[in-house]
Amino acid sequence: MAADAPPPSTDQSAPGPEAYTEVQESAEFGELRRSHRSFAFPLTVAFIVWYLLYVLCSNYAGGFMGTKLFGNINVAFVFGILQFVTTFLIAWWYSRHAAAKLDPKAEAIKTRLEGGA
Amino acid sequence: MSPSITHVTLAANEASEHRALIITLFVLFVVATLGITVWAGRQTKDAADFYAGGRQFSAFQNGLAVSGDYMSAASFLGIAGAIALFGYDGFLYSIGFLVAWLVALLLVAEPLRNSGRYTMGDVLAYRMRQRPVRTAAGTSTIIVSIFYLLAQMAGAGILVSLLLGITSDAGKILIVAMVGVLMIVYVSIGGMKGTTWVQMIKAVLLIGGTILITFLVLLKFNFNISDLLGSAAANSGKGDAFLEPGLRYGADGTSKLDFISLGIALVLGTAGLPHILIRFYTVPNAKAARKSVNWAIGIIGGFYLMTIALGFGAAALISQDEIIASNPSGNTAAPLLALHLGGVDSAWGAILLATISAVAFATILAVVAGLTLASSSSFAHDIYANVIRKGKATEKEEMKAARWATVLIGVVSIALGTLARDLNVAGLVALAFAVAASANLPTILYSLFWKRFTTQGALWSIYGGLIVAVGLVLFSPVVSGAPKAMFPDVDFAWFPLQNPGLISIPFGFLMGWLGTVLSKEEPDVKKYAELEVRSLTGTGAH
Repeated sequence: MAADAPPPSTDQSAPGPEAYTEVQESAEFGELRRSHRSFAFPLTVAFIVWYLLYVLCSNYAGGFMGTKLFGNINVAFVFGILQFVTTFLIAWWYSRHAAAKLDPKAEAIKTRLEGGA
Repeated sequence: MSPSITHVTLAANEASEHRALIITLFVLFVVATLGITVWAGRQTKDAADFYAGGRQFSAFQNGLAVSGDYMSAASFLGIAGAIALFGYDGFLYSIGFLVAWLVALLLVAEPLRNSGRYTMGDVLAYRMRQRPVRTAAGTSTIIVSIFYLLAQMAGAGILVSLLLGITSDAGKILIVAMVGVLMIVYVSIGGMKGTTWVQMIKAVLLIGGTILITFLVLLKFNFNISDLLGSAAANSGKGDAFLEPGLRYGADGTSKLDFISLGIALVLGTAGLPHILIRFYTVPNAKAARKSVNWAIGIIGGFYLMTIALGFGAAALISQDEIIASNPSGNTAAPLLALHLGGVDSAWGAILLATISAVAFATILAVVAGLTLASSSSFAHDIYANVIRKGKATEKEEMKAARWATVLIGVVSIALGTLARDLNVAGLVALAFAVAASANLPTILYSLFWKRFTTQGALWSIYGGLIVAVGLVLFSPVVSGAPKAMFPDVDFAWFPLQNPGLISIPFGFLMGWLGTVLSKEEPDVKKYAELEVRSLTGTGAH
């Protein structure tokens, strides 16, 4: 909400429908969409597959999961902890990506649309 | 009557001596939270205050509150108990509940915050015909929330009867009614602001209590996890099998399928739970929504890691007979563990038990308040304001409707809660997740990311997922035909799995696609342009 927005726009936060269509078709927005989807979609598929692999191993690979690695710590335990680790890492990775690649683009488009320029 | 009620248990006997202490701590929590509720109520002036806490909570505050909303009695008592009895298989719950947050982080939280105002229905109905889609979204919100509510109410009943030694039906009805009245007060007076503060306090108490118990458990084993696991395996009488998958779900092909079904429902359910989704509206913008999910992932992840110490600690330090005698599903393992850590006959043990029990009550109360808020918001905003009044209701009228809806939903859940007090808690929670993943998640994802999605597609995915998920549960061993079923004496269970997710979630996605490609109407391309631009950039976000 820029206080020094140009006077003609009466409601800064409500651009007309044509403006949205125009932005949606613009190369800049296309790039923002691509940066989000090409990161979030494959990563979502990857962590769900990784999680399902864990679920399936628990079900059908009992021998492998029961293998002791050190002391009473077995593969199943380490696999479970790894799910925690990857969850933390993916959350961190996505947030870094969003801050570097998505936020500046989104902010630029938003400012322009709301400024009525 | 389930066995958990007929047992006059060891825990009850031990606990009843310390009843006064438990009640004092609990009353302290109630008084403090009521004070905050009244304070928050005075600050609640418009609809954005009531539904979204004025959108002024910081990312960290909301992250705490999200954690408070999410870590229900099922997490705290249920997982600790499941690990204590079934070892490794109990831990699988913790993993599914956590990984699920990535779906919310990567795909749902930010676009939802950017394009909606108060409810899940705002986003689903954005480019659709308002009335049918909001009706569907409201219906699904209320059904998911009521299943979740029932689980918490039933949990409150079981907990109270075990910890305070109240075993009469009248006593348990009174407790359920008390929980119901408190939640009506929290939500109708405090709105989102009051409820958010209640969640934050509860989250701090729960994390604090869990850290304390975890520390005491690890201290006993000199911080050697391998020793802890070894003692748990030995004391459980099941040996190494206790540390491997399969004790609970590995019996045969059907139970293995059930496990996959549960796993899918857990990982896909979270991002469709209405009471979680509306939390993203309490922060100023999408960046803050992202940060609050990150905080929640950290807090919830830390908590679930500690369930290892809670569950295996209980298995290592308490005999299986004692855990089962106290509650056949292990629901009281965590409070029992607190008692044993402090010393069964010592004052320290009594104080620990009282603290953990009060934390468990606080947990139930807070989650119940969050669920009630989600369903009354959706009723007032989606169904009353936009369907019944066709968008012509004033803000004042809408808030009034929300407060009345709170009372109504409170009364309904007290009534159902007193009837459902003997039901299987875990089954109800997993059902809420499965219904959310089948009806809500497909519709949210299609709405946000699929240009062609139409009103008919939205209606088919919500109602299709809803009907199949609830229908399959109705004909599952949860309801009939099994010793632990709601109606153990009759058998109309032709669907073999406890959890419907394996069938109902793909079905919800399929119906959304089918409804769209078969619909005669053209998708509203202009509205989608608006939704897409707004959801990704935050333009015009409220």
